[in-house]
This record gives sequence, structure tokens and C-alpha cells, in this order.
Amino acid sequence: MAGYSTNEFRGGLKIMIDGDPCSIIENEFVKPGKGQAFNRVKIRNLKTGRVLDKTFKSGESVDAADVIDTEMQYLYSDGEFWHFMDPESYEQQAADANAVGDAHLWLKAQDHCEVTLYNGSPIGVTPPNFVELDITDTDPGLKGDTAQGGTKPATLETGAVVKVPLFLEIGERVRVDTRSGEYMSRVKK
Amino acid sequence: MSWQPRAELSVIRERARVYRQIRTFFNTRGCLEVDTPLLMPTTNTDVNIASSEVVCGERRLYLQTSPEFAMKRLLAAASGSIFQIGHAFREGERGRLHNPEFSLLEWYRVGYDYRQLMDEMELLITSLSLRQCDFSRISYTALFGKTLNFDIDEITLEELRDECATLVPGSEPTEFNFNQCLDLLLGMVIAPTMRGYQFVYDYPVSQAALARVSAQDAGVAERFELFFDGVELANGFSELTDAAQQRARFEADNRAREQCGLPCHAIDEELLAALRAGLEDCAGVALGLDRLLMVLLDLDSIDQVLTFRD
Repeated sequence: MAGYSTNEFRGGLKIMIDGDPCSIIENEFVKPGKGQAFNRVKIRNLKTGRVLDKTFKSGESVDAADVIDTEMQYLYSDGEFWHFMDPESYEQQAADANAVGDAHLWLKAQDHCEVTLYNGSPIGVTPPNFVELDITDTDPGLKGDTAQGGTKPATLETGAVVKVPLFLEIGERVRVDTRSGEYMSRVKK
Repeated sequence: MSWQPRAELSVIRERARVYRQIRTFFNTRGCLEVDTPLLMPTTNTDVNIASSEVVCGERRLYLQTSPEFAMKRLLAAASGSIFQIGHAFREGERGRLHNPEFSLLEWYRVGYDYRQLMDEMELLITSLSLRQCDFSRISYTALFGKTLNFDIDEITLEELRDECATLVPGSEPTEFNFNQCLDLLLGMVIAPTMRGYQFVYDYPVSQAALARVSAQDAGVAERFELFFDGVELANGFSELTDAAQQRARFEADNRAREQCGLPCHAIDEELLAALRAGLEDCAGVALGLDRLLMVLLDLDSIDQVLTFRD
């Protein structure tokens, strides 16, 4: 297994920590003029999503994690697994609920998303930052009420529930920021 | 590709103002400005400082990690008090507060000890910052005692490693030596609590570097550092003037380098010859000018004060 020295540390680097694949979020170099240098890193465990701090003596090496982020097309879910396809090789991958996490709320068949593979198997799915989805259920809209500030819950075709303005109706399409789960705008079909 | 300077023009102008003011300060106080080479055939043996090697034709030379050795040779040649503004190089040091090439002010005062040099440092910083600055002083031992509630002279290595594991989650200090534990705690736990200009003095003798051992307490060296809000700005000593002790420290450095698997460095025999010829009692200090500019301009990354970056 290849390794990285602390002087190669940077945001996004994938390393093995305590047997789990992790991604470096932040790397800080701490050194007194005359004394030991350290690298303090904030890392995300890619299996559990947990964020933790780790401190290394500068010059130490850690194993690289065999992790790649690859763009794939979402195909369908069979209830247990979510199936994705590499649009170039047509190779398919099945991700379990653990790997998919909350991303399933934003996955619509044919849409592209980022699948994180560890040793060739999916451990994470990241939806695009913005998705466009149809409203499948919401209270009746108030015609002409486009100025007032109120919101109401609306269920989208993927099952996600987002707060939308009062004037939106079933069947309309909305743009949502998947990172915050917030409604952005109405989309003309 | 951006050809433009990294620092704002206002920062570049502030650097010019600071350099002008430093020269005025020392010229009016009887200090001679000197210029020593960046490339020398020998280099610093400190186990925690890595030197960059340069191939110059047939020779291999080192980019100096500070102008200390050359300036001491000038002092031994009866130069009197001297100062220098220049660049220094430390390989592999890069981060929010570090760049492998950085700017230093280094000065030596003949007849001073480290306390008198701290006094002069206060005057210099006050004159550069154009306003009244408050300075506090605390010994290295008292700083640890006050912040972490233990006595570094009493604590065992095992207990110290336990403190590291508790206070710095995610560190694995089981193989750290005593000074590595102290460096970890000072850098990651104590420094973030420090406020304003603060001198830390009387370092453990195991961290003496090139400082004289205190005549009052053989356990400490006459070494100080200046911090601002926990950022290390300067390091100074009552200088070690004894050639035999200096040789012993170089040799101890090289043994430590060997143990860590680092290359040993040839000892600077010219410096030792100068010390044998006689170096008057003096005190010297190096002040990081990039970090000082960060402090004066309230910037938080060294990138913002570097004119260009490699």
C-alpha cells in the first residue's frame, strides 16, 4: 500500500486511520522555531461520516486509502440496495443504506451523482449540490399569492419533504440545494 | 498563472516602513548594520531544523537557517553590537505561519544579557507599532504551571505523555520524548490561550539551543521567546561563548540526528575557532519580520505578507 508523508497532506487526501478510510478536511502545520514540528489534521471518517482530530509528528507516514470518487448514474432501488452505473464502462455498483445515507432523498433515476468507492465498493454517495424535482404532494396553492412570505411543506418525487412558498402546487418542479435541503426556486417545465 | 504579487501594495509599503524604522532605531543606538552570506559550507546542526542544500559548481553549500554563526564570527572580530535584516531558509516548513524562505531581523548586543535584550526588544516593537504596547514576562516553568497546573521539573515522562493524550485528542504520544511532549502542549494547548505581547524566558536546559546556562539555576538556559497572541515572533539568548561547550552541543545535536535517521552536519570549525579567539559576553535575538508584519497589520496568514511565493 502506498503511503503519504505529512508534508504531502492537503484537503481531500484519502488516508487510512485506525483501519478506516478517511478524508483530510484541514491540515495545520504547528512548529516552534526550535522544536518538534507537528501536523494537526481534521479528518472525516468516510465510513461513519464522523469528524475527528489527529496529530502527527511531521515526517511521519500514513497509508493511503484506496478511495476514489467517481461520477455515476443512479438507476433504481430494489428496497435493499441502490444501483448505480458508470456511464463510460457501464459497470454497475450496488450501495446499501449505510453507504447511501440521506442521499436517497435526492436521487432520481437517470440523475448523476458522485459515488465514493473504497477498495472498489461504494461507501458513500453525494448528490449534486442542486437537483430539480417534482412536487408530488402539498396543500392546495393560493392563487396569485406570490408576494407573501409564508411557506408550507411539500413532498417531492423522491420522498424528500422541503418547505416551499404557498403558491406552489402539486406537479410543479422545484430546484433544491441538497446540502441544506432548502428550496431555491420554481423551475419551468 | 498569476504574475502579480501575492501581497497587497499596502503590505509591501508597510514592510518598507518597518525596515526603514528598524534601521533608524539601530543606527541611532550605535548598532552596525552588517551583511553575511546566505550560502555557507556548513549549517545548523539542530535536530529540528532542516537545511536546504545548493549545488554551486563543484561545491555543495547550505542556505543559512539564520545568520547566527557568521554574525558571531564578526562579534569575535570586535565588530561591536551588530544587526542584520535578511532572508533565512528552513526546508519543509510550510503552513499558515511558515514559509521555507522567510525574513529575519537578527541583532547582537555586546555586554547585554537576555533580560536587557528583552528590554530593548520592547522599545523596538513599540517604536515599530507606533503606539503604546503592553508586554508581560513569564518563565517557561511558570507558564506551564499557570496554564496546565503541573510542574515540568517534577512531572515524569509517563505523566507528561498522559497529559498530552488527554489535552491533545488524537495525538499518540507514547513514543514522544520529554521535549516533544512540551512542544506539543506549548504549541497546541498553551499558545492558543496566550494574549498580547508576552515574553517566555528561562527555557529548560535541554532546550538551551545556543543559550548560556543560567549561573543561578543549572536547570535553565538564559533563553527567551516573544509571542503575540500565542504566535512565536522572536527567539533570543544570552549567548554561549564557551568553545568547548559549543562543540559538545554540536556533537550532541549530531548524535540526536543520527538517532532520528537524519544526516549529520559537519561542525562549523570557523565558528569554534572564533569562540576560542574570544567572544565577549553578549546577547542576541532573531525576530521573524513576516510574522511581525502579520501582527502589525492584523493579518492571519504569512501568505498575505509574502511579496511573491515559490
